[in-house]
Amino acid sequence: MEWVDVVLQGALLGGLYALFASGLSLAFGIMRMVNLAHGDFIVLSAYLALVLTQSLGIPPLAALPAVAVIMAVVGYVLQRGLLNRVLGDDIMPPLLVTFGLSVVIQNLLQEIFSADTQSLPGGTLVTASLPIGGGLAVGWLSLLTLVAALAVIAVLQLILARTRLGLAFRATSDDLVTSRLMGIDTRQIYGLAMGIALAIVAIAGVLMAIRTTFDPTGGPARLIFAFESVIIGGMGSPWGTLLGGVILGVAQSIGFSIQVGLGQLFGHLAFLAILMVRPQGLFPRTRGV
Amino acid sequence: MTSAPPIARTAAIVRGTRASRLGGVLGAVILLALVTMPWWGERADMHTVVEFLYMLALAEMWNLLAGFGGLVSIGQQAYVGIGGYMLVLLAMKLGVGPFIAVPLCGIITAIIAIPTAALVFRLRGAYFAVGTWVVAEVFRLTFANIIWLGAGTGTSLTSAMMGYSAWLRDSLALWIAIILGVGSVMGIYWLLRSRLGLALTAIRDSEVASRSLGVDVRRVKFGVYIVSAFGCGMVGALVYLTKLRISPDAAFDINWTAIMIFTVVIGGIGTIEGPIIGCIVYFVLRDLLADYGSWYLIAMGLIAIAVMVWARRGLWGLLLARTDLRFFPVQRRVVIEDEAGASKPVEG
Amino acid sequence: MSLLAIQSLKAFYGDFQALFGVDLEIVQGQTVAVIGANGAGKTTLLRSVMGMLAAPSDVIRFDGKPIGGLATHAIVAEGIAMVPEGRKLFPSLSVEENLRVGAYPKRQGPWTLERIYALFPRLSERRNQPATSMSGGEQQMAAIGRALMSNPRLLLCDEISLGLAPVAVRELYRALPGISAEGVSLLVIEQDIGQAMAVANQVYCLQEGRVTLAGKPNELTRERVAAAYFGN
Repeated sequence: MEWVDVVLQGALLGGLYALFASGLSLAFGIMRMVNLAHGDFIVLSAYLALVLTQSLGIPPLAALPAVAVIMAVVGYVLQRGLLNRVLGDDIMPPLLVTFGLSVVIQNLLQEIFSADTQSLPGGTLVTASLPIGGGLAVGWLSLLTLVAALAVIAVLQLILARTRLGLAFRATSDDLVTSRLMGIDTRQIYGLAMGIALAIVAIAGVLMAIRTTFDPTGGPARLIFAFESVIIGGMGSPWGTLLGGVILGVAQSIGFSIQVGLGQLFGHLAFLAILMVRPQGLFPRTRGV
Repeated sequence: MTSAPPIARTAAIVRGTRASRLGGVLGAVILLALVTMPWWGERADMHTVVEFLYMLALAEMWNLLAGFGGLVSIGQQAYVGIGGYMLVLLAMKLGVGPFIAVPLCGIITAIIAIPTAALVFRLRGAYFAVGTWVVAEVFRLTFANIIWLGAGTGTSLTSAMMGYSAWLRDSLALWIAIILGVGSVMGIYWLLRSRLGLALTAIRDSEVASRSLGVDVRRVKFGVYIVSAFGCGMVGALVYLTKLRISPDAAFDINWTAIMIFTVVIGGIGTIEGPIIGCIVYFVLRDLLADYGSWYLIAMGLIAIAVMVWARRGLWGLLLARTDLRFFPVQRRVVIEDEAGASKPVEG
Repeated sequence: MSLLAIQSLKAFYGDFQALFGVDLEIVQGQTVAVIGANGAGKTTLLRSVMGMLAAPSDVIRFDGKPIGGLATHAIVAEGIAMVPEGRKLFPSLSVEENLRVGAYPKRQGPWTLERIYALFPRLSERRNQPATSMSGGEQQMAAIGRALMSNPRLLLCDEISLGLAPVAVRELYRALPGISAEGVSLLVIEQDIGQAMAVANQVYCLQEGRVTLAGKPNELTRERVAAAYFGN
C-alpha cells in the first residue's frame, strides 16, 4: 500500500500548492498581470512570521492573522503606488518591474537574515498525524493546509459571485474602461485585488514555513509551483487550480519516493506533458477569474 | 502652405550620421587596443575585459529577444548552462580542443533550443515568461542528476586546459570574448539593417499590422529565440572556459538573466547602444559596492524598476530624447537634393 | 437652469486635434441631440464629459460645478451616466448582474431593478442569461438600463441605433420619453438624424470637431441640416 501513501501525501501537498496558486491567479484574472515576485512574497511572509514569533514569543498560527493583514496592506500599497503605474497594454513593464522586485526582495532578505535556512516551530502540529486506517496517516498540518486551501477558494468564489465588490472585480476583469463608466474606481479595485492576493500568499507562506524549511532564494520555486498548478488545472478555474495543485503534488511525491533529487523534476515533467498534450489545462474556462 | 517647396532633383536613402562615422573610427581604435591587449595589458584587467565582453554579449542576446522580438524570457540561463556543460562534454569527455569547442557548444545549444522553443511557444505573454523559467529549472535539475557530469556538486575543467600556457589561455579567452561581445553588437546591428531587421522592428511596433503585411511573425520570433540561444550557449562555454569549475546551481543561476535584464532595461531596451551602457553601469556599481555583498544587485534592481516607471527607454533613451545621437543608425532617412544642390533631410 | 455647460472644449488624441472649441448647453429636463458624420467628434465630446479625455477644469460644468478632468468614476458619482457606443455589456455577467453593476455608485433615485424591468420587459425574461447572448436590440436596452441604475441626472447615449434594425430602433426611442419624464436629462448622439430630431428639444450638429449648427428641430430646415452635416 506504499504507493497509496505516496499519492495521498502528494494530494495533501496539493493543498499547499493550490494556496500558492490562488493568489497568483486572482491577480492575473482581475489585472492580467503575472507577479513574478509572487513566490518571493510567500517567502517574505514566512520571514515576517519568523520575526513575529521570535519577538513576541507566540506560536506561528497565532501570528498568521497579523502576517495576513500586514501583507494585505503591502499588496494594496504596492499596487497603488507602483504596479498601477506600469500596467497597461504592454505586458513587458509589469513583468520587468515584478522581476526586479523579486531580485530585490531575495537579496534584501539575504542581507537582513543571512542565507541560512530557517524554519518556524510548529510544535506538535508538525509531527502529529491522524491515522486513517490501512497503515496510512494524514498529518494534521497537511490536513489543515488542505482545508485552508478549500476555504480560501470557497470564500473567493463567494466574494466574486455574491458581493458588490466581487461584481466590481468581475466587471473590471471583463472591461476596464467600461467598468469605470459604472462608477468603479479601478485603481482602488486593483489595489484591493492585490491586497487579497497577498493575504492569501501570507496564509500560504506561514503554513509552508511550519511544514518545511525556507531561505531567501526559495521564492522562484514557489512561483513555479503556483504557475504549474494553474496551467495543469486550467486557467480561469479556481477548483481546476486545486486539482492542478494536487496533480503536481502527486507527481512530485512519486518522483521523491524514487529518488530524493527527482521530486521537483517529476513535477516539472508533468507540467511539460500537460503543456504538450493539452495546453489549455484540464478544466479551462475562457472567461472570468 | 504659402510657397511651393523646392523641386526635388534626387532623393536618396541615407543611413549614416556624423556620429556614426565618428563612432566607427572610435570603435576601430578600441577594437585594435582590445585585440592587442595580451601584449600590453595586465592579467587582472584582461579578465575584467573578458567578463565585460561576455556580459555584453548576453545582454545583447536578451535585448534581441525582448527589445526586438517582443519575447520576455526569464529562462535564458538555461542556454548559458547548457553551453557550459556542452563544453564539459566536448572538451573533457571527447577531447575536443576547448577553444574550438566554443562555437560548437553554441550550435549544440541552438539545436537543443529548437524543440524547447516548440514547447514553450505554446504559451503567450506573461505565461511564456514563466514557462521559460520552468524550462531552465528542468535543465538545471536534469544536469544535477547526471552523475557522469558531476551531478549536484559539479566538475572541474582544468584538465582540459593542460597543454596551454597561462598567456595563451588568457589571450585565446580574450579573443573569443572580443568576437562574442563585439560580434553580438555588430551582428545585431547588421541584422537590423537587413530586411529581417525591418520585419523585427515592424513586429515590435505592431504585431497585427506586420502580420497583415505578410510578415511570418511566428517564424521570425522562433528564429530570434534560436539565435539568442546560440549566443547564450557560446557565452556559457566561454564563461566556464575561464572559470574552470562548473556546477548546475552556478551554470543555471537565475542571476544570469537578472543581470541581462537589468543591464538592458537600465541602458535602454530595443537599442543597440543601451546594453553597452547598461553593462558599464553594472560593472561600476559592482565595483563601487564590492564590499557590501549583494547590495549592488539590489541597487540595480531598484534602478531598473525606476527606469520602467519613469524613463522607460532607459538611459540611452533619455540621451536620445535630448540629442539625436546615433552611433548605430538603423533608421532610414530620406534626403532630398534641391535645386541648389544642397541636400536636406525630409522632416518627418 | 443649466445642467451641463460646455465652453470652448478642445480635445486631442496625441497630436491629433478632434475638437476645436465646442460650446454646448443642456438645460435641466431637456433632451439634446448631437448629430454628425463619422469622425465629426461626437464620441470625443462624450468622452471628454465622462473624464476619459483630459479637459481643463471649468470648461465642463455640471450643475454649475466644474468637472473637467475629473476621474470617470467621480463624474459618475456626480450624476452623469453613459450608454457607450457598441453597448459594451460585461460578457461574463448575466443581464441582471450587468444591471446591478450599474448601481455600483449607490446614488438615490427612482431607478431600481423593478423599474428597469418595467421599462424593458424583455430584459426580465432574460435576466439570468449571459448578457451578450441577447439580440442587439435587447443588449441596447440592457445597456440603457444599466446606465439608469446609477440614477443619473444626465444620461449620455452614444449611437444607440447603431447596427440595429429600424423596428428595434423605434422601440428604443419610444422608451426615451418615459426616461425623460422621470427627470433625467438626455444627451443623444446619433447618425440617424430623423430619430434624433424627433425626440430632441435642441439639436447640435458637429462637423470635423466644430459646432456647425444649433437650434430647435422645428426651426431647422432640411437644407440647413444637410449643409451643416456635410460641410462645404
